[in-house]
Amino acid sequence: MADTAFTNATQILEPFKGVKKVTIEEYFTSGHRTCQGCESALVMKLMVKAAGPRTIVLGSTGCMYVANTTYYTTPWVVPWMHTQLGSSGSAALGTAAGLKALMKKGKMKSEPINVIAFCGDGGGADMGLGAISATLTHKEYNSLILLYDNESYANTDIQLSGSTPYGANTTFSPPGSVKRLIHTRWKKNTAGMLAAGHTECRYVATVCASYAVEMMNKVRKALTIGGPTFIHSLDPCPKGWDYDPMLSHELGELAVETGIFPLYEVENGVVRHYGKTKAIVEGRPRKPVREYLLKQGRFAHFTEEDLGYFQSKVDEMWDKWEIPGVIPFWKERPGAK
Amino acid sequence: MAVETKPAGAVADHKEMLISGSEACAEALTLADLDVVTAYPIRPYDTVMQAIAKKIANGHLEAEYIVAEGEHSQFEIVKHASTVGARVFCGSSGVGWMYAMECLTVTPPLRVPMVCMVGNRALDDPGAFGVEHNDALVVRDLGWLLIWVDTAQEMLDTTLLAYRIAEDRRVFLPIAISADGAFLTHSQTICQVPSRALVDKFLPRYDRGDLLLHPDNPITVAPQANEDWVIEIRRQNDEAMKRATAVIDEAYADFRKVMGRGPENPWFEEYMTEDAEIILIGMGTISLPMKVGIRNMRAQGKKVGLIRPRWFRPFPTERLVKALSKASAIGVIDRDYSFGSPFNSGVVANEIRAAMYNADKRPPLLSFICGLGGREVTLEDVAKAADMCYAAAKAGKSDPKTHWLGVRE
Repeated sequence: MADTAFTNATQILEPFKGVKKVTIEEYFTSGHRTCQGCESALVMKLMVKAAGPRTIVLGSTGCMYVANTTYYTTPWVVPWMHTQLGSSGSAALGTAAGLKALMKKGKMKSEPINVIAFCGDGGGADMGLGAISATLTHKEYNSLILLYDNESYANTDIQLSGSTPYGANTTFSPPGSVKRLIHTRWKKNTAGMLAAGHTECRYVATVCASYAVEMMNKVRKALTIGGPTFIHSLDPCPKGWDYDPMLSHELGELAVETGIFPLYEVENGVVRHYGKTKAIVEGRPRKPVREYLLKQGRFAHFTEEDLGYFQSKVDEMWDKWEIPGVIPFWKERPGAK
Repeated sequence: MAVETKPAGAVADHKEMLISGSEACAEALTLADLDVVTAYPIRPYDTVMQAIAKKIANGHLEAEYIVAEGEHSQFEIVKHASTVGARVFCGSSGVGWMYAMECLTVTPPLRVPMVCMVGNRALDDPGAFGVEHNDALVVRDLGWLLIWVDTAQEMLDTTLLAYRIAEDRRVFLPIAISADGAFLTHSQTICQVPSRALVDKFLPRYDRGDLLLHPDNPITVAPQANEDWVIEIRRQNDEAMKRATAVIDEAYADFRKVMGRGPENPWFEEYMTEDAEIILIGMGTISLPMKVGIRNMRAQGKKVGLIRPRWFRPFPTERLVKALSKASAIGVIDRDYSFGSPFNSGVVANEIRAAMYNADKRPPLLSFICGLGGREVTLEDVAKAADMCYAAAKAGKSDPKTHWLGVRE
């Protein structure tokens, strides 16, 4: 019964050494109908380009389901399947377990097949968090869960999620004449929480498609390292954030340069900051958050007080956190009250 | 704990075992060479997962055994494992089944031939471990094949049959096997357990064919179809459900041929119905007090019989109508409720009313609700139902009002 040839190995995907070395083949092509300037569509394209053809992709409900896979016009060259809004973790786990069982028992040809499940911030940081958490503890199943975070339920009309920034104008948090801010919760630290809470998960990273090669190489590392892995991508969204679609890349860069969205990886417990984030850790000054916030209509109602509060929360993340930008908590300082 | 008994009474190529309904299911799953199974605790169905875990621990079954963090994930994990070609099993009870509800809705249109066990349990609130059939019944309109079993033997056989039927390319729909909580999940009886050779002869490998999700078959599954195609896809489900009827007949015929045993009529069990004036109807283990009650009434000269429906979806409309048309009155005892439904009846009673509507002969039909939350169904309850049916038969008509038996008023 058992096929001794089965090793549960992963594909060895070496990092692309520069943009000119990136493979030419596309596995997410025409056929989708995402908005102009949609960064999440680019994330899909880069994600599966990095993974290559021997990959199965599972997509939970959200923009990248509804806008991507209209019947008869799929952009997916690799096998793709829908999963429920809160099921990216379960989809990754179930697919990986099915393949493993069949290969182990000699019912399917044994070969490493990448399994990637993606979710939006609503599906990942809100509804599906429990299932992702569970999957990250199942170290014997190889899969990657990629959260594309456009900071709202963007497909259903821009409603706030647990990943929407403080104070943002969404259709569930519209500024009014009496209450300026309806949404007063701080954004969840999803990647940090998942890295901290799942000690046998070998790889958690944050990415932004403004830094495309770095993003693809993190996907390749996540798939190569084995076991369940998690990547959190910040995806500027012209519709939800209310800006000119040509500014998507620039906003991604600003999110990193202001220190709002740090780029890092946690590989086998070792934290590494990347790119501009690394420079910030090494002492380069952060750009003020207002440079990022005021380019977006969703913060147009912000007063100086709101901007100040936002800045203070980001400052805290860099000046006080145990591991800046990654793990909160800070030690009591001698003499402090 | 499963106990192997002396093989004295075993059918050819079978062994005898003293096992519960849940253990019988686990025996069948082992013989079916299950690939992926997901567990989550809720009483009473979880005894099947305990039995499977032991099978895996003892090396009797090689399967990926995943303890999920909730029923939603439990059902999603096996759904996805099935799409890459794995034979899967899942199950739940009561509100656990409800927690998985979203996943239960997507499984039939994805044409995933998952097999599940529902250990029927009253829904919260208030808390109760005992049996009610409302849990499994909530999916009755969604494309699940539903069957109620009565004995551990029937559980074992039905599990094997369920894979054969669900995985038939003409069907490719999920099947939920309902077992009354405690009365069947936990009660041990002697079962005939077939050899692996017999099972291999009866049950072919699961072949997902052109629907397999694999890099060699790069399909897009479950895209956004909207009004352009949804009605056609629903129609495909409907056709598959209709085709299931012939597939079920075929599977049972083959089962009898291979195993040398098994029911002639897959759809329902008939007990003393041949000359029956009154036919009582009940699903699951309620058949036991009903059969004893019927024997007592027979001793008093009352010609009462029982029909115990097995398959509820697809509903055996014509066969049931034919069997019921010969009665002078029908009494349906529901172990479920359907608040605000026509005549405030139980689900089964109204299904049978609907089935009988176009029949040439429509005997008076009485609707009873009994045994909710696992309350014992007594011989007095059964006798009372039969007597009321006799009165209706005599009058030639029935009051459509629903009667609750054994309830404190």
